[in-house]
Amino acid sequence: MSILAHYNDWAVIVLMMAGLYIVISTRSFLKKVVGLNLFQTSVIIFYISMANVTGAAAPIVTEPVDAADYANPLPHVLMLTAIVVGVATTAVGLGILVRIHEAYGTVEEDEIVRHDFDS
Amino acid sequence: MDHHLPVLVVVTALVGAPLCILVRQPRVVWGLFTAITWSIAAMAVTLLLQVLSEGPVRYALGGWPPPLGIELRVDVLGGFVLTIVSGMAAVVAPYSLRSVEQEVDAARVHQFYAVLLLALTGLLGLTATGDIFNAFVFLEISSLATYVLVSLGRDRRALVSAFRYLVMGTVGGTFFLIGIGFLYVQTGTLNMLDLAAILPQWIDTRTSAVAFAFLTVGLSLKLALFPLHLWLPGAYSYAPSVVSAFLAATATKVAAYLMLRVFFTVFGQAVAFGELPVAATLPAVGLFGALAMSLVAVFQTNLKRLLAYSSIAQIGYIVTAASLGTQAGLTAGIGHLFNHAMMKGALFLAVGCIAYRIGSVRLEEIRGLGRRMPWTAAAIFVGGASLVGMPLTAGFISKWHLVSAILAEGQWGLVALILTSSLLAVAYVWRIVGFLYLRDAPSGAAPVREAPLSMLAPTWALVLANVWFGLDTRGSLGVATQAALGLLGGQP
Repeated sequence: MSILAHYNDWAVIVLMMAGLYIVISTRSFLKKVVGLNLFQTSVIIFYISMANVTGAAAPIVTEPVDAADYANPLPHVLMLTAIVVGVATTAVGLGILVRIHEAYGTVEEDEIVRHDFDS
Repeated sequence: MDHHLPVLVVVTALVGAPLCILVRQPRVVWGLFTAITWSIAAMAVTLLLQVLSEGPVRYALGGWPPPLGIELRVDVLGGFVLTIVSGMAAVVAPYSLRSVEQEVDAARVHQFYAVLLLALTGLLGLTATGDIFNAFVFLEISSLATYVLVSLGRDRRALVSAFRYLVMGTVGGTFFLIGIGFLYVQTGTLNMLDLAAILPQWIDTRTSAVAFAFLTVGLSLKLALFPLHLWLPGAYSYAPSVVSAFLAATATKVAAYLMLRVFFTVFGQAVAFGELPVAATLPAVGLFGALAMSLVAVFQTNLKRLLAYSSIAQIGYIVTAASLGTQAGLTAGIGHLFNHAMMKGALFLAVGCIAYRIGSVRLEEIRGLGRRMPWTAAAIFVGGASLVGMPLTAGFISKWHLVSAILAEGQWGLVALILTSSLLAVAYVWRIVGFLYLRDAPSGAAPVREAPLSMLAPTWALVLANVWFGLDTRGSLGVATQAALGLLGGQP
């Protein structure tokens, strides 16, 4: 029961580890970008779920009230910024991949290393 | 006006980036870039002097008082790092005119300077901010700009290196973000000083320890601490010369600065070195890394790659010194942060001069250049001497203080590691010098002229700085001592 009660944390851990595993294991640069996205998404869920207050309403407040009745809005705002960072990272990553594809004709790490690499 | 300096330093660079895109004309953009970097450097120096005489400067962004609003806070360490970063940008600016014209497509030059200014914005903002989430955002701004800068190298391997850097840098940044999340859920605040005030009562919780671990590992990825350094050699070797020099002197330094902030300002010396095993782990990791990377550097055949491995070794020294947790160690670490920016900046700029003239930086191509490019070769010689730690150079001051700080802790094993790694540094610097001076030029090589003055002058400015700060340490170690005192809680 206590294990299931933290289902949101389990979701975060599974997504995070899946993303990290993809980044480390795959030899395709494109799939690495997907893995990074998954990894970053797990952090967003982590923040959003920690902002939740059991039984509380959405933090839309028109008059002074007890703050404990509302979910914490700050992590939501932080995650808007983190989403922007994530989208920007994906865009730059994909942009570099387009140019890698122009230069090498592939985005597979093995083939690129075979083409030219001492490293 | 003075009152707004902390935010002006950051915003000037930020506003400059779109201006570069609008102007487009390469020469005009270069002029704009130079004007902006020089004015930022002047502001940073003013700010540092102000902080030295009057104590830390706090600035509430938008007039919202902290901890609710985002706060910029510049103390001696912050002012010192701002000066290093903006000073390097100012030195690189005149150099970049010729170097960038040659290495970057004419159609992309204005974008290059815009992205360089964005990288500068990120590095400066990260140093000036007093809010840890804000620090994450600036860290990612500078990192994203850096990925783009690396990918602009002429060699197509620059693209692959930039992509690898992006993957590892993003993982590092996200780890940092996770750490911030744990801190926030524990304390309910993001302001660094507020965190420092609230955190001690929660320090026994596992949440705080996990937050510390995530922050440390994330930053170690960003500052390329061995064994998390794999992105760095490729990124530095294939980036345009200006970018290599600027990044080597600033990017990893600022990540190291953020690590000091987390260790000493947010968690505090008592916690990081009392409850958590920093002093037992990081110095050994740093020095083992320094040794391993110096060894790898000895066998490199590409000059930029050799210097990149040497950079990882030097980062090992900085982390080691700072994670001793003593005032002497912290002073040595901050002092080396400054001195290493000087020496690696000088060396990478000199190597850029070679790349400008002969188009290659492979060791066998630079045979006999000592006679054909005497000023460039001499710059590499003096910079290399400083890297090794010869007396009368800044490197000697760093090594001296590092070794005495470790000796004060009675860690003889670590001293042996430093000395071995310094001997390896002698080996790889001697190898470069041997190729430059003792070998004959390859037969049938095209005649080579000395690099243009606009590139030599900035290089030699940094070389002379190495000698200057080897003789007069008031500007480097004097400030570093005050910065260390400020971090450890004694008012500077």
